[in-house]
Amino acid sequence: MRVLPSGSAALLVELDGLEEVLGLYAALTEEPVDGVVDVVPAARTVLLVLDPALTSPAAVEQAVRRARPRPGRGGPGERVELPVVYDGADLADVAAALGVEPAEVVRRHTATAWTVAFCGFAPGFGYLTPDGEPWDVPRRRTPRTRVPAGAVGLAGPFSGVYPRESPGGWQLVGRTDVAVFDLSRDPAALLRPGVRVRFVDAS
Amino acid sequence: MSRTLTVLAAGPLTTVQDAGRPGLGALGVGRSGACDRAAARLANRLVGNDPDAAVLEATLGGLVLRADADLVVATTGARGPGSPAHHAPVRLAAGARLALGVPDTGLRTYVAVRGGIAVAPVLGSRSTDLLSGLGPPVLRPGDVLPVGAAAGPMPGVDLVPVADPPGGEVTVRVLPGPRADWFTPDAAAALTGTPWTVTAESNRIGLRLAGVGLQRVRAGELASEGMVRGALQVPPSGQPVLVLADTPVTGGYPVIGYVADDDVDRCGQLRPGQTLRLRR
Repeated sequence: MRVLPSGSAALLVELDGLEEVLGLYAALTEEPVDGVVDVVPAARTVLLVLDPALTSPAAVEQAVRRARPRPGRGGPGERVELPVVYDGADLADVAAALGVEPAEVVRRHTATAWTVAFCGFAPGFGYLTPDGEPWDVPRRRTPRTRVPAGAVGLAGPFSGVYPRESPGGWQLVGRTDVAVFDLSRDPAALLRPGVRVRFVDAS
Repeated sequence: MSRTLTVLAAGPLTTVQDAGRPGLGALGVGRSGACDRAAARLANRLVGNDPDAAVLEATLGGLVLRADADLVVATTGARGPGSPAHHAPVRLAAGARLALGVPDTGLRTYVAVRGGIAVAPVLGSRSTDLLSGLGPPVLRPGDVLPVGAAAGPMPGVDLVPVADPPGGEVTVRVLPGPRADWFTPDAAAALTGTPWTVTAESNRIGLRLAGVGLQRVRAGELASEGMVRGALQVPPSGQPVLVLADTPVTGGYPVIGYVADDDVDRCGQLRPGQTLRLRR
């Protein structure tokens, strides 16, 4: 664990990888650190945002070093099933990149147990990481200017669902009708860090 | 007479802002909120509101409001000529107008109304986040803004002595950032030793600064990581971006330093063409 300075109101903890991020994030949400107002996991880091009126970066660093990271996966994470129609415009390209038939991409995508590692890019956009074999799918050379809400994509080691229409560079393999970000729901985001996801073929 | 304010003119950009949406970063939701938090809180205190009640943030003036009932208002931040309520609570009788001219210095004027702007909150906040699209829409002429019920007693002050945001050169404190070691010693020296010009591409998301190019010692990509306001992100161009209110939750450019949190408010008042100096 490396604790990196981030000004007077935050602290960045750098870890070895996603598993360590998930474990520390779980520990810090189950046992919150006094004065910390936000905990933001990412691919290799966890940002702790603090209220300078309540605590200091030094005090938060001490608390983080005392935290006992949880085993990242296999805990009682919430489970979500997402029905997907696998008719994405990039399904053939993804199959070619992986050297398999499109049907095999669908089989692997639905057979994989995914865990939300972190959110970013847009509200409710979860970066899903596979429990088993890593995925490696190149991004599109040219990002699309418009990706519809509900589009299911792959990029690098991650899978994800676009919460709303936006530009995007992920390879699109399908679509789901499930609203992954809904302001009328509490919590609004379905795919929160630690949530475990299965994609179900609804083609 | 309804307790509302009618927008007669909205100027270049006026939004509703409060303390934003802290605590939702893990869902990919940025904080947003007033760019000059201290000014927004002061405006609220002047009319007896909770310091984090929703106010209006007018950019370069141009805002004209009509009171549809007897209301109490105060303005803070950039002094818009024509506001009798600057740094002072003033009664705005039903039918009366408040018109903000273009400030001589500073960029953002805050208008608090006793009772607070009572538009519907989104994820616990009434702030408009121009990056994520969350919160109420940008103000337009003809909008009718509901005003809440007065919460606390009026403060016993007629006027607070607060300096106007300065024009010209402004100096703020900078603290170490997480990726300072990605940059050359020359870049570290240039960060605090050379002037930075605020460019016209600046907005609520960030101040785009122009100056000496900050060179990296490390090539390669940085995995996106969390950041908050005050971050000095350096894209490949070497020209830093000072992150303000409508921050993305994570960013992929290395952060060389952070403007001290208290000083970010002053950066939110900088106009294009002004010079920013960073000192350790």
